[in-house]
Amino acid sequence: MLIFEHSTKGRSTKIQAPTSADAIKDIPQALLRATPAALPEVSEMQVVRHYTSLSQKNFSIDTHFYPLGSCTMKHNPRACNTLAMLPGFLSRHPLAPEQYSQGFMACMYELQAMLCDVTGMAGFSLAPMAGAQGEFAGVAMMRAYHDAREDFGRKEILVPDAAHGTNPATATMCGYTVKEIPTLDNGDVDVAALKAAVGPQTAGLMLTNPSTLGVFERNIEEIAATIHKAGGLLYYDGANLNAILGKIRPGDMGFDVIHSNLHKTFSTPHGGGGPGSGAVGVSKRLLPFLPLPMVTKDNDVYRWLTEKDCPQSIGRMSAFMGNAGVLLRAYVYMRLLGREGMHRVAEFATLNANYMMAQLKARGFEAAIPDRHASHEFIITLKSQAKELHVSAMDFAKRLLDLGYHAPTTYFPLLVPECLLIEPTESEAKEALDGFIEALVQIQQEAETNPELVKGAPYTLPVKRLDEVRAAKQLDLAWGSIPRT
Amino acid sequence: MPFVPHTEEEIRDMLSIIGVDKIDNLFDEIPAHLKIDGLANIPEGMTEMEITRLMSSRAAADGHPLCFMGAGAYDHHIPAAVWQITTRGEFYTSYTPYQAEASQGTLQLIYEYQSMMTALTAMDVSNASLYDGASGLAEAVLMAVRANRKSKSRRILMPRSVNPVYQKTCNAIVCHQDIELVTVDIDTSTGLTTLDALQPWQDDDIAALVISQPNFFGNLEDVDALTNWAHEKGALVIALVNPLSLALLKPPGEWGEQGADIACGDGQPLGAPMSSGGPYYGFMCCQKQHVRQMPGRIVGCTLDQDDREGFVLTLQAREQHIRRSKATSNICTNQGLVVTASTIHMALLGPQGLARVAASCHQNTVSLVEKLAAINGVEVIFDGARFHEAVLKFNKPAAEVLAALADKNILGGYDLSSEFPELDNCILVCATEMRSDDEINTYAQALEAILC
Repeated sequence: MLIFEHSTKGRSTKIQAPTSADAIKDIPQALLRATPAALPEVSEMQVVRHYTSLSQKNFSIDTHFYPLGSCTMKHNPRACNTLAMLPGFLSRHPLAPEQYSQGFMACMYELQAMLCDVTGMAGFSLAPMAGAQGEFAGVAMMRAYHDAREDFGRKEILVPDAAHGTNPATATMCGYTVKEIPTLDNGDVDVAALKAAVGPQTAGLMLTNPSTLGVFERNIEEIAATIHKAGGLLYYDGANLNAILGKIRPGDMGFDVIHSNLHKTFSTPHGGGGPGSGAVGVSKRLLPFLPLPMVTKDNDVYRWLTEKDCPQSIGRMSAFMGNAGVLLRAYVYMRLLGREGMHRVAEFATLNANYMMAQLKARGFEAAIPDRHASHEFIITLKSQAKELHVSAMDFAKRLLDLGYHAPTTYFPLLVPECLLIEPTESEAKEALDGFIEALVQIQQEAETNPELVKGAPYTLPVKRLDEVRAAKQLDLAWGSIPRT
Repeated sequence: MPFVPHTEEEIRDMLSIIGVDKIDNLFDEIPAHLKIDGLANIPEGMTEMEITRLMSSRAAADGHPLCFMGAGAYDHHIPAAVWQITTRGEFYTSYTPYQAEASQGTLQLIYEYQSMMTALTAMDVSNASLYDGASGLAEAVLMAVRANRKSKSRRILMPRSVNPVYQKTCNAIVCHQDIELVTVDIDTSTGLTTLDALQPWQDDDIAALVISQPNFFGNLEDVDALTNWAHEKGALVIALVNPLSLALLKPPGEWGEQGADIACGDGQPLGAPMSSGGPYYGFMCCQKQHVRQMPGRIVGCTLDQDDREGFVLTLQAREQHIRRSKATSNICTNQGLVVTASTIHMALLGPQGLARVAASCHQNTVSLVEKLAAINGVEVIFDGARFHEAVLKFNKPAAEVLAALADKNILGGYDLSSEFPELDNCILVCATEMRSDDEINTYAQALEAILC
């Protein structure tokens, strides 16, 4: 039932808003609303009950193992939420003068510094509000760098074919054309193809390392040298930073720009799809172009850097300070981990992934890249199940839901047919991993003996498999009729 | 170890299954000379008690100044139920609903949100949110250029009465796609965008006109006339609106003869705390015929195998994970959790509650302006109808007055002089429903003492 279907005309929650307000006399009728908006009219208890019951229709990290590859669904420590929601932080107006902002600004300043340190970059801006916006800021800085040198011939961004879809979409938004670079069967970028593709038209390369195939890019130094020799810049997509935290730094690998998904590596909540944060870091030569605002410190007083301090900045990504509350959560998480906790993140995320891959291989599953160590995630391909049993990766994914596991990422990366991209994260205990492995083994047996069972899944959720084609053809995007005059 | 549950015995077992001696061997593909040995500059880890002490002192240090500042972020009451429900783990720790059957809670909630936003704006469809109002305006501009097939132009008319930070953000995001944001001047006596000001573009090909209602100065534009002007010349209308104001004001879908084509704005006034500027969310609604040009996620209602109603992400062929370099935007996820809060907020307040909040903001601001304008050295600059903000001019520099007010624990308003040189000594003030008569009097007394 929708909240609108609970609505009864005339019912309202009287104490949530001012109890009365005089009629408006000083606004012309032509500018006023003629009929009230068709919002639900319900009591507080109805609202609480309705949305509590909706929440119970979700899988979440708090309720289920959620090994969604490339999304780093690790535990979200509650201290981060509680402390980011302290009244002083919640009530701070974004334009409050610096005298009423030193506490908040201290956190932002230290977060900038810690992110520089863990990534090996020279400067960081916390402005971008999501990974994709961080990518935008990063590529826009690459463009600003070339433009500042009056190097206007660089029109092309190189992107490996295994990349996230946001990479090519971002390059387009920054006015570049995109050239895809193939990936070898062993998971490494095809360096020969890369060398053939670079030239004076190359603005840069966007790379995720470890790649979306779940392996470390072994030729990273040669790739960096190739791009730099051609006058291009190297962009690090920080989606998989969890795999290398505290072990190796993008700056040391030769990257010029990075974005870090704080909602992945630094455990801010995914919130049903955001808000995230895509903080961006740069090497020294790109410092002037970082997006605003940033925090600096003069004589122990924190102050905002503005256009006056940074005339070459690519500008602002949001009205204020990005997703400030998300940044506070990431700050708390990093302080809780501390220097001794950072490398454990990568170590145990990698241990968990390799353990699962080893166990699944031993139980007959085919790993996409079987002969290399996995990073923090790995891929199994169900192409033989699809061919021989006519049971697809999607069927396995849906059946996993019945068995109490959120499905891994399916059909990404696009290079591997019928794939499941599995990322357990460091915060899962061995018994959760074992349970998931047994579930996959059970589904494999079901696929062999009773494939229709798997193809009809899920059975135990609030709905069965949903008709996506109908959704796109018979568009129903809002409840009820639309009040129009 | 913080947030790592493994015991020594489990680690040994796992390593032996993998067939390596130690965890470090799993990183043997990384060139050895690139590996780092620790992160000396990161402070040592803290306990939950220690970090609580630190954060509590920092939050307290920022004080609770009495807020008469708006300019894009507003101090509204948020019912207690809103964030209590929103931070339930099932909402807080889930992700984008890729597995629809296991995400019906989030999906239905977004569908309800879309329904509420279309009701509030009187537009046909809504997306599942964008990042914030400023970046959302940039997406609206990009969308308008795609959607206006009659126009060959990539020029957008951007009145100076649009929030200046929104203009800057918009420019930073659209500047790489050969889009020109053309500035339209404001009328100096009313603070409005007039038809006269638009006259220079009467015969030009223009992709869209942005109309901010209320505008940055709090004044109400003649939205019907502006909308009709744009439509008559084949330009689309992008309505930039405060969603709370729509409980009172004519919704964009009813502007002029045909209604606005795209409505966008910042959702902060509907349940998001000011929180230093975020997370908020950007909303975007449009007329049906433009839905395939809309960026961001969209949820649709459909049926399952047993013909039961259910909800899925739909029209995904617009998006980056399918279209890659040809997508409508690079946007991936949005601001789901804040949308969750906002949906609960709107459900709790209902149409009457929201209208009372909006009316109360309006009345408090009218009362504030009356009291401040009665002080010697204070002048109201733009007369005419307003929502909940107003421009006041002092007889001395605004920065000086605001600093003196800040010393008395009052956020007196936003200094307009840096963005609008012609408005020197001017500030933008706001009194939401949260400001009591006593607080308004406190402001008036403090200002009087400073100016006399």
